[in-house]
Amino acid sequence: MNLVIIDYGAGNIQSIIHAFDRLGVRAHLSKKASEISTADRVIFPGVGAAGSAMSQLKETGLDLLIPQLKQPVLGICLGMQLMCRHSAENNTDGLGIFDVDVVEFDKTQLKVPQMGWNSLFDLKAPLFQHLPQDPYVYMVHSFYAPLCDQTAAVATYGTNYSAALHRDNFWGTQFHPEKSSRVGAQILQQFLSLTT
Amino acid sequence: MNSQNFQAKTMLSKRIIPCLDIKNGRTVKGVHFQDLKDAGDPVALAAQYAEQGADELVFLDITATEDARETMASLVLEVSKAIDIPFTVGGGIRSVSDVEKLLKNGADKISINSSAVRNPALIDELAQAFGSQCVVVAIDAKQINSLWKVHLVGGKVPTELDLFEWAQEAADRGAGELLFTSMDHDGSKQGYALESLAHLSEQLHIPIIASGGAGVPKHFLDAFTLGKADAVLAASVFHFGEIPIPNLKMYLATQGIAIRK
Repeated sequence: MNLVIIDYGAGNIQSIIHAFDRLGVRAHLSKKASEISTADRVIFPGVGAAGSAMSQLKETGLDLLIPQLKQPVLGICLGMQLMCRHSAENNTDGLGIFDVDVVEFDKTQLKVPQMGWNSLFDLKAPLFQHLPQDPYVYMVHSFYAPLCDQTAAVATYGTNYSAALHRDNFWGTQFHPEKSSRVGAQILQQFLSLTT
Repeated sequence: MNSQNFQAKTMLSKRIIPCLDIKNGRTVKGVHFQDLKDAGDPVALAAQYAEQGADELVFLDITATEDARETMASLVLEVSKAIDIPFTVGGGIRSVSDVEKLLKNGADKISINSSAVRNPALIDELAQAFGSQCVVVAIDAKQINSLWKVHLVGGKVPTELDLFEWAQEAADRGAGELLFTSMDHDGSKQGYALESLAHLSEQLHIPIIASGGAGVPKHFLDAFTLGKADAVLAASVFHFGEIPIPNLKMYLATQGIAIRK
């Protein structure tokens, strides 16, 4: 299994590497188009704020490469948000893989960021199949993707929103599977087993 | 802001956070786990807590010398290899570069206390560089003539700072979370400082972690209901096995608290 984590600047990707290590797969960090295109699986992690992350993707041409990928791709947290059409964070245009605009939680009604373990429902196979009842996953975010046709899992924080998105070979999780204990490990294992 | 709204419209669970004091890379204060071969090994202890259902962990470096910081950075890497839940590292952090190393090695959040009071701009810098979500501001406070005064250096140095004013400033500067320890309650095992907790939780729009005073499961329940805390931190009741985490979580769930099982 050739697993590549897209490297587009400083960030905390150690936890993702360790999570796959625990599953017996060594992830490889790369910013090279040739290595990313030929990987069996690609992880698109989240780094900092949407605006600066998107500029870094543009500088390296990764913004054009990622939407063209054919193998299973998993965007995590900000990674997932950047795969959307647009983000209200720094008024940033995204990669447009998912047809939804990322908006901010209502700070007058909610504690922001949402931080902690929230449970998922309306889960879409195959990435989220066979999970235990009320699967809890770790969320840390201030912006979210509303429900849309590509919603693959739902969570509630003030409103029901997309805890995960799916289109063709592209998956995104708002939560951090690498920090979500057994449930997260199961999701990552299922990502490795995807046949698409 | 009505904090009742927070409860009504989310399934977000309340968090249980064991705190490990670290000195020269080893846990201190004594840990009494029957099934741990080496109770001083923070990695083994962390793995044990993660297995038991702890929602997060906090590692507090109580030596915080230059050498100890290097030890801490490598410890963070080992912890991050071993556990799959989030963890926070605190103690002796003074700069963006201190934090960079810890996050790079796999810490999810860092906690700053005295250094934030001495240099409040550090909060802005860290929030700017790494995002608010990984900046926890810890405050130790004590009631003096019915006013809550902030204390520094593990509670040893009193200041004239008011708890609620400082907490507000920390949140405004970009803290993503507040860890409030009542020095009056810490070690008492008589329960958390519920009134001030509730005050903080209603005043600020960031999550509040309650610390200091846990003795029995009811104290955790009170911290969530009356104290309106988002998370509770405790050390000795966990380390000495007085309150096993699975039992605590089961108790809280039966009391109607949203808890990750």
